[in-house]
Amino acid sequence: MTSTIAAPADTPLAIGGRAFQSRLLVGTGKYRNNAEMVQALEASGAEVVTVAVRRVDLDRTKEAGVLYHLSPDRYFLLANTAGCYSADEAIRYARLAREAGFNEFVKLEVIGDKETLLPDTDGLLSAARVLVREGFKVLAYTNEDLITALRLEEAGCAAVMPLASPIGSGLGLLNPYAIRIIKRRLSVPVIVDAGVGTASDACLTMEQGVDGILMNTALAEALDPVMMAQAMRYAVEAGRAAFLAGRMPRREVAMPSSPSRGLLD
Amino acid sequence: MTDLALTVNGEARSVPGPATLADLLSHLGLDPRAVVVELNREIVRRPRLGETDLKDGDVVELVHFVGGG
Repeated sequence: MTSTIAAPADTPLAIGGRAFQSRLLVGTGKYRNNAEMVQALEASGAEVVTVAVRRVDLDRTKEAGVLYHLSPDRYFLLANTAGCYSADEAIRYARLAREAGFNEFVKLEVIGDKETLLPDTDGLLSAARVLVREGFKVLAYTNEDLITALRLEEAGCAAVMPLASPIGSGLGLLNPYAIRIIKRRLSVPVIVDAGVGTASDACLTMEQGVDGILMNTALAEALDPVMMAQAMRYAVEAGRAAFLAGRMPRREVAMPSSPSRGLLD
Repeated sequence: MTDLALTVNGEARSVPGPATLADLLSHLGLDPRAVVVELNREIVRRPRLGETDLKDGDVVELVHFVGGG
């Protein structure tokens, strides 16, 4: 079936002076194999893909890194500082990532706790300040706390990325109110990062009005990552369209949809 | 010709000296365009790999991008 209905008018997602058509950003970790990852990225329609910085395995130098499978012409590579537990470590990883020569963007993570992988907001803020001064475009992974989000914006971050729920948990959007208020109060893009488990989570998250979603495990750990990537693409688009369309008010009472006039005696 | 005792990515490695960072990469079979090099916690940019001499006890980190979220 073909449709002539135009999609609602929307602007591209602009982060740090770059414009992206897709509001879905995806990670490249934990896929069962590279072929499946490549297909899932393709199906997701994402332009921004995250990568991690790690030591080369010296015993297997013939095994190329992830870039062997991802064309930097096709995807915008967003390096992360995953696995860093202090500002200094995160700064070191960010500098190494920038030296790879693709761009000056970094997804800044400073983790404070191994069990929950929740951010160390103190370390996050200090690392953000240093990196912004060094010319980085910082996309800061944070919790859903408004005050931290405001401080990150003040520090000069290009985007603030509050979590929906802990990394890899798939628990979905636990605090829609907190996300909404962060979006309402910040001027820089708000990208919800982590915790989305399935398409309805993504849709509900986008309906809060945020600028985008970054996800990884929801795709990589799906039974069929390629099909889930497609579902997420639709969900992000649907949620965005529903937000722009403006939902009806919630009512505690029913309102008939059919006319109450003209009923038979 | 003496061997240089280095720590590369956390492992003890010896390479025939004298050697530069570019020599080390070629010794390990690594393409310099595919890695970022840190020598004693300082990043060494690609154009300088061939002119940066290694010495005993140097600590080298060789990193690249892997899949991540």
